Amino acid sequence: MPSSQLREIVVVGGGVAGTRAAETLRQDGYDGALTIVGAERHAPYHRPPLSKKLLTGKVHRAGVDLAPQFELDARVLRGASALKLDMSSRTVHLRDDDRELSLQFDGLVIASGAVPREWPGGPVPDGILVLRTVEDCLAIRERLRSRPRIVVVGGGFIGAEVAASCRSLGLDVVLVERATSPLLAALGKELAPRWAELHRQHGVDLRVGVGVDGFVGDDHVEAVRLTDGSQVPAELVIIGLGVTPATDWLGGSGLRVDDGVVCDATGIAEGSTADVPVVAAGDVARWWHPLYERHLRTEHWDDAGRQGAAAARTLLAGPDRAEAYDDLPYFWSDQYDVKVQLLGVPTDYDEIDIVEGDPGAWEFVAAYGRGGRTVAVLGTIPNRVYAYRDTIAKGAQFPPNRPD
Amino acid sequence: MKVSVDLDTCDGNGVCMSICPEVFEVQEDGLHVLEEEPRTELRQKLIGAEVSCPTQAITVKD
Repeated sequence: MPSSQLREIVVVGGGVAGTRAAETLRQDGYDGALTIVGAERHAPYHRPPLSKKLLTGKVHRAGVDLAPQFELDARVLRGASALKLDMSSRTVHLRDDDRELSLQFDGLVIASGAVPREWPGGPVPDGILVLRTVEDCLAIRERLRSRPRIVVVGGGFIGAEVAASCRSLGLDVVLVERATSPLLAALGKELAPRWAELHRQHGVDLRVGVGVDGFVGDDHVEAVRLTDGSQVPAELVIIGLGVTPATDWLGGSGLRVDDGVVCDATGIAEGSTADVPVVAAGDVARWWHPLYERHLRTEHWDDAGRQGAAAARTLLAGPDRAEAYDDLPYFWSDQYDVKVQLLGVPTDYDEIDIVEGDPGAWEFVAAYGRGGRTVAVLGTIPNRVYAYRDTIAKGAQFPPNRPD
Repeated sequence: MKVSVDLDTCDGNGVCMSICPEVFEVQEDGLHVLEEEPRTELRQKLIGAEVSCPTQAITVKD
């Protein structure tokens, strides 16, 4: 039950973390004023399909809306961006269309998400796009209709999924990745090359170990210039260089920002006080994880929603009664007919082992170990990773026993 | 509470299971609803699962 005296909560962020936070506040009995400040103009929607089924047209726009659960008793500002946080006066300054306004709060949820990295080399010709929002997705989809030659810059999950989606539409795709393989940072040097091979088998022209130097074209892009001096013809370029947490508006606030809003294990932002309680969740937040004993910032759909709910509970419980959140990070990715799921955090693993199945047949489970303990499990056998939840949560020895 | 799942829509992403393992179990052959009429204490988790399902495959009714 809420013990707090909070009467004016502001949630900055209208994505899944902010939405789940707001819903949880109401579900847990908070009956004070609630304002949601969303940068996008839409009701919240599912981001995962933007690089997959929405991009290929397998689902329609309406199919990605977040199912509204109940009439959320809240003031919702859309298309509004937070400009500044003033902790001493407990005020968020923001711009809503053309007007600037200030919101007072006695509790704040920061869920402002992340922004995609644009091409760092300055102005670019038309035809070079990023993918983050539903508008981005629909704009790319529209351009796919003319069946352009596509270059995807960056072989992280967004780049890899976009490449797979475009290939599934039969389009010519060149994927450029500076590292030796797509998904190298996420999956590690043993497994990432399997996904490189998967893309090659499906006809992606994969260029690894090479970067992008610039773009050719006056009005519209005609080619991508690579760092090895070669040029790749392109009518459409999709930049997948990752995202940065949306923390610009927090400068000078007193909150600790270091690759996201640094939070304790309950989601309380470092630099906030009991008098001015601030929690953060989702892509913008870097929480202390008790199991991994480090601050983690994930960009996973599933984590964002669960963190949003946990952050809301923390806000209502207050710092003394807030509970540490130690759920395991989880994400999945669909490329072609392979779904990969990863439970836990493989960062800095020192061992890896195939613990089930056959990687050659794309049906396998791999475990990542660090310091003799199992820290993450990856699987392409649907949902098999969940059988290892306790194994990871308890830090079982590596390699792990095969669970039932 | 009543839970139903559209198995044609379910993609097996497992988000529901991460939110409410008491009711949802995704196995190799697809999603299993362990309790079709779960106790009301699970309401919040069930709603979280319904909202968060990326394919909108879950329906929860009071």
